[in-house]
Amino acid sequence: MKLYCLSGHPTLPCNVLKFKSTTIMLDCGLDMTSALHFLPLPLVHSPRLSKLPGWVSKDGTIALEKRELLDLSTIDVILISNYHCMMALPYITEHPGFTGTVYATEPTLQIGRLLMEELVNFMERVPKAQSATCWKNKEIQRLLPGPLKEAVDVWTWKRCYSLQEVNSALSKVQLVGYSQKVELFGAVQVTPLSSGYSLGSSNWIIQSHYEKVAYVSGSSLLTTHPQPMDQSSLKNSDVLILTGLTQIPTANPDGMLGEFCSNLAMTIRAGGNVLIPCYPSGVIYDLLECLYQFIDSANLGSTPFYFISPVANSSLEFSQIFAEWLCQNKQSKVYLPEPPFPHAELIQTNKLKHYPSIHGDFSAEFRQPCVVFTGHPSLRFGDAVHFVELWGKSSLNTIIFTEPDFSYLDALAPYQPLAMKCVYCPIDTRLNFHQVPKLLKEVQPLHVVCPEQYTQPPPTQVHRSDLMLELQLPPMPYRRCSVLGLPFRRRYERIQLLPELAKSLVPSEIKPGISVATVSAVLQSKDNKHVLQPAPKPAPAPPSKKRKRVVEESPEVRAPKPLLSGAVPLEPSLATLHKHGITEVKVEDTPDGHILHLQAEDTLIQLEEDGTHIVCDSNESLRITLRDLVLRFLQKL
Amino acid sequence: MPEIKVTPLGAGQDVGRSCILVSIGGKNIMLDCGMHMGYNDDRRFPDFSYITQNGRLTEFLDCVIISHFHLDHCGALPYMSEMVGYDGPIYMTHPTKAICPILLEDFRKITVDKKGETNFFTSQMIKDCMKKVVPLNLHQTVQVDDELEIKAYYAGHVLGAAMVQIKVGEESVVYTGDYNMTPDRHLGAAWIDKCRPDVLISESTYATTIRDSKRCRERDFLKKVHETVERGGKVLIPVFALGRAQELCILLETFWERMNLKAPIYFSTGLTEKANHYYKLFITWTNQKIRKTFVQRNMFEFKHIKAFDRSYADNPGPMVVFATPGMLHAGQSLQIFKKWAGNEKNMVIMPGYCVQGTVGHKVLSGQKKLEMEGRTTLEVKLQVEYMSFSAHADAKGIMQLIRMAEPRSVLLVHGEAKKMEFLKDKIEQEFSVSCFMPANGETATIATNPSVPVDISLNLLKREAALGGPLPDSKKPRTMHGTLIMKDNSLRLVSPEQALKELGLNEHQLRFTCRVQLQDPYSDADTLNRVYSHLKSVLKGYTIQHLPDGTVMVESIVLKVSSSAEDPNTKVVLLSWSYQDEELGSFLSSLLRKGLPSGLC
Repeated sequence: MKLYCLSGHPTLPCNVLKFKSTTIMLDCGLDMTSALHFLPLPLVHSPRLSKLPGWVSKDGTIALEKRELLDLSTIDVILISNYHCMMALPYITEHPGFTGTVYATEPTLQIGRLLMEELVNFMERVPKAQSATCWKNKEIQRLLPGPLKEAVDVWTWKRCYSLQEVNSALSKVQLVGYSQKVELFGAVQVTPLSSGYSLGSSNWIIQSHYEKVAYVSGSSLLTTHPQPMDQSSLKNSDVLILTGLTQIPTANPDGMLGEFCSNLAMTIRAGGNVLIPCYPSGVIYDLLECLYQFIDSANLGSTPFYFISPVANSSLEFSQIFAEWLCQNKQSKVYLPEPPFPHAELIQTNKLKHYPSIHGDFSAEFRQPCVVFTGHPSLRFGDAVHFVELWGKSSLNTIIFTEPDFSYLDALAPYQPLAMKCVYCPIDTRLNFHQVPKLLKEVQPLHVVCPEQYTQPPPTQVHRSDLMLELQLPPMPYRRCSVLGLPFRRRYERIQLLPELAKSLVPSEIKPGISVATVSAVLQSKDNKHVLQPAPKPAPAPPSKKRKRVVEESPEVRAPKPLLSGAVPLEPSLATLHKHGITEVKVEDTPDGHILHLQAEDTLIQLEEDGTHIVCDSNESLRITLRDLVLRFLQKL
Repeated sequence: MPEIKVTPLGAGQDVGRSCILVSIGGKNIMLDCGMHMGYNDDRRFPDFSYITQNGRLTEFLDCVIISHFHLDHCGALPYMSEMVGYDGPIYMTHPTKAICPILLEDFRKITVDKKGETNFFTSQMIKDCMKKVVPLNLHQTVQVDDELEIKAYYAGHVLGAAMVQIKVGEESVVYTGDYNMTPDRHLGAAWIDKCRPDVLISESTYATTIRDSKRCRERDFLKKVHETVERGGKVLIPVFALGRAQELCILLETFWERMNLKAPIYFSTGLTEKANHYYKLFITWTNQKIRKTFVQRNMFEFKHIKAFDRSYADNPGPMVVFATPGMLHAGQSLQIFKKWAGNEKNMVIMPGYCVQGTVGHKVLSGQKKLEMEGRTTLEVKLQVEYMSFSAHADAKGIMQLIRMAEPRSVLLVHGEAKKMEFLKDKIEQEFSVSCFMPANGETATIATNPSVPVDISLNLLKREAALGGPLPDSKKPRTMHGTLIMKDNSLRLVSPEQALKELGLNEHQLRFTCRVQLQDPYSDADTLNRVYSHLKSVLKGYTIQHLPDGTVMVESIVLKVSSSAEDPNTKVVLLSWSYQDEELGSFLSSLLRKGLPSGLC
């Protein structure tokens, strides 16, 4: 069993597991931090931005798969753990030769689709007349200003995919529910389990009858909107692959939420606007819920809240129909029947308005001061670009960063100097370094595999030993492009005995509580399932060989004889011999046993602790009698 | 011999009060717990005393599973759990869990408040009962205990309807509940994988019907409604608040819009709005088309359909009214029916099945004078139409499901005996599986023949696989020999050598030695050569070696030749073999005793 690690990004993993002749890709996250190397894509031409020194503004994206490590067409299945970890899907499924299936839960598929549609929309509405690729040439890249000069593997950066590719990629998704057992080629069973991080987010169990691998990616123990994490099903795994821990281990999500609210209220009260660059799904639901409770107490009842995204409406609508995937108290609302999220009420009371873009209705209804939720958190594309340009000059306004994926300083760099206030309250509910040891103590895996970043303190804070995993059992670290052999020894496989065969077995008790039976049967292997059937009845015995003088036939290949065990005792043997009319037996003691001399028959039987030797020259029927006599005392295996 | 026992307490050769007991692998499961619409006495509920004469059911049942929210499938649930007594888990899907208590409360109100019955379950009992419910998701494998697992499949009959697979070890049963194999305007079609259950318990409401295309039925329905409304008549459509009602609403809504009709459409009881809300929140349970477009246009927001008020029934002019309940056995639909029955301009359209004993059933069977409560009679003059919209699988659909699941036997419930008989023959003919149709209280026993799962050591399996060549040929059987070790409930199949080692046993070597005398006037070496050639010609497909140390090896049996001390022409061939080579050794010794043929060089 091998693990191929294609991504070095601990929260956007992409690993491939080879297990029992199946090739399983675990997640395919898209590392979009390379977009920070590019200039923002404004809706209207901005003379200021275009005058900035830098390089052509174009969407650069992933540095994902190391092709030489693995042939993508060999991938049988892709398991998706949450919608953030599927953004690179089109790059893989649309690779010529890919024939696999993708497994994901329904919310993951639907919301993942929204995130992809938003990304494509952001990119396509600002088409570039030309795109430059020559700079990726090593010789030219060397001459470029930093940090682009230092960027690695720029040749793997790709253009953003198209909507058509998104649709084609998502058509390969097979929907699964939590605790659904999915058989892969009869060899492996995969099961998604609730991971508590986002709508439909899952950890995966990959198991056969004897081996169990747990893939834990992006899990949360906090109570937010999704169904709580299923820990008990992770128990007793041989290997636990741990990825997607919190990116901001120093920030407490609850504290950040408080800070978010107070900064928001402060800005509004002072007459400023608030910009929240965010993804169209996920933490935004919690932010809206928090605001729903906060609005009245903070006197924000008349402040308009805008949610601008090409998929804003869909995201809000979809969030209400996934009751099965929500936490208990949201689930019980549906039984009333009421929408599970309070943003339905915010929309109904006109406190929250959503628009596909800043064109059209929005420009007519736009009132200030206001709160705007919009993408993209990298501030390189999407409507957020416009709002930073619009509000950046005034110190009354505030930009609040809640998404943890991008460095907010890098995100803001091209907009400097900025008068606008910047507040950084990243909310990352995923597991932190204190929760992991407790979790692992609970689920007791034999081995833990994790990205190497988790096994050492962050490079900028080398003394913070609390910002790394400290486990009793040291984890096996992986880095990008490494191939790990997982410590597994497969020793057993499941086989079915057909009832007819099972009935024909004759067990004998060898030791108290332990019985054995010899099995001779026909093995049928189909679709990785093995079945034992009774052996076909042997054909009637051919006529005795003695009569056939001319043509001798080879003996039939029959079931091999069982192994023998035990010892042949002297006295009972003599008694049995006697019963068969063999009376003239001379017994001679030897250091290891006895020699029985059957004088009349001129035959020797040598009895020893672990062996019996019958020397019988001419009388075949006597030999057979003696053989059966000896066998009677022995156990057959 | 392991067996599965199935006993219907209700729905055995009957429709109504579905309640089926299944015993499988030492587990007892109750499937559905419904009431009978046709009775007002004890026969209304299943006879739970079958399970135990006195006391609670908890210790006799491992779980209860409810397939969908129709009262003939869940109507007796509070009675069973709170009045008879059951504290174990009750499984149902989320939509069923949401809607079922509302219908139960409705049913309770009609029975207790309107009819004044006592000794009936209370609102609190419904609530307590619902607390025992564990929600099921589609395709999720729920482990009821260590051995019993259940899995739900989409059944398409009403919102949240499910089929369930029940599995204990290698044995399994599938219960379909009510299902529909053709997608309709708001639900998708039932689906199940090839799970090969030992028993498939299927409903058979339309066992003998092959329905024409849905489009035709819809056109027919719209035509009849339209004609009646055109001539100023009133149309009553008795429905259950949830299910068919929504489908027909979607149908009429789009028709009214297209034809620009003005006649009002009403929906009775306050449940409408709420019911539609359930559909909106559980949109993932509706069909593909509605799910795809729900963000742009929610199909369950109706423009033309308004809430009904009791006083509207006397309004002049045409109207269409959806009223509950669907079998005209009580409530608003019956009240309106009484008002409109006397006018031949009006029409009642029964869009679903009516249980025997209900007014709906009587009307459908053509009775023109109905005896009502209080010795009054009602003359039926209005037109009566029956349109099979109720979403059950028809005969074709049932056969289709059997083909999908590939069961080893089929058991029919929820249908009429005569029709079942017909379908039973058809199933036995077409699939050559046995088919059962027990009556209520009758037990069908189905012997199962589960195979025995065993852990085989990979070494042994690989060794056997290697014998079959690099590409295992499934047509050519491969024989395997191993030792099965049975210890503490575990079964392991290993190679005999490994078994000896594991059990700490010594191998006992049994050897045979045989000296055969031959008259062969050659040198020892030549005789050995002659023996070698002889064996070579006789034994095809064996490894025979002539070794330089003056021996011949046949597989692992050693042959040596020496001259007799007395007579140099008498040669002695010494053979020695172990018990494992017994066949070959015995054969060789007999062969040599016959001497060597003269033609050998």
